[in-house]
Amino acid sequence: MSVTAEQVTFWVFAIPLVATAIGVIVSRSPVYAAMNLVAAFFFLAGIYVLLVAHLIAFMQILVYAGAVMVLFLFVIMLLSLGDEHLIKEPRRAMQLIGALGVVLLVAVLASAIAQARTGELATLTADFGTVKAVGRVLYTQFLLPFEVTSLLLLVAIVGAVVVAKERI
Amino acid sequence: MPVEYYLWLAAILFGIGLLGVLTKRNALILMMSVELMLNAANLTFLAFARRSGDLAGHAIAFFVIAVAAAEAAVGLAVVIAIYRSRGAINVDEVRVLSE
Repeated sequence: MSVTAEQVTFWVFAIPLVATAIGVIVSRSPVYAAMNLVAAFFFLAGIYVLLVAHLIAFMQILVYAGAVMVLFLFVIMLLSLGDEHLIKEPRRAMQLIGALGVVLLVAVLASAIAQARTGELATLTADFGTVKAVGRVLYTQFLLPFEVTSLLLLVAIVGAVVVAKERI
Repeated sequence: MPVEYYLWLAAILFGIGLLGVLTKRNALILMMSVELMLNAANLTFLAFARRSGDLAGHAIAFFVIAVAAAEAAVGLAVVIAIYRSRGAINVDEVRVLSE
């Protein structure tokens, strides 16, 4: 079996992706977790490019690794938590029950993947995943959800200000 | 390359995120785990979009990114409000609605 370039690239992105994702949940300091999450988002953007989703890969880096993670880091700095917040370990029983739940969920997902009609890959048009093609779908088939999303972002802006501000 | 590889990667990523949500007690790391789970869902959408050649999956992934941004903004505002009123972001210590 010959190894294609796609397979090599997949593993080059997938292994660091899983490693940094595990780094998010094992690091006790929120700053280290945030840095691991930024790295995970970059590797995930690489996986998106392999799936011919160039626009979404670009937005992943722009919105997630850029905007959302800067927001997280600002809040971490704003709270200025001391070291006493880091030493508390989760309870052992909680970890065991959590791991059990995850194993059960992954088993369900495994059976779902086994039953999924994956089959042959479709042959793609030349403009698949480009800004033009995705934009056409967004502004025709998904016009109403697109407009509702703008409303959602407005509500989120106002809600964040109202909740976080001490006195308005 | 079969799309199962990507689905398995998404399942593992979702499992890691769920483990973080279930076991971590720091509210900030909890929210980062939720972001991981949202990204796993996005990866599944894009994998199936690649298999069927349908761009609707890309549109849904676009909306998921927008919703995740809104969720992060409001969720972090709630974390700031809780820290201001209780001086802690440990979710185990926040168990009553009013003081």
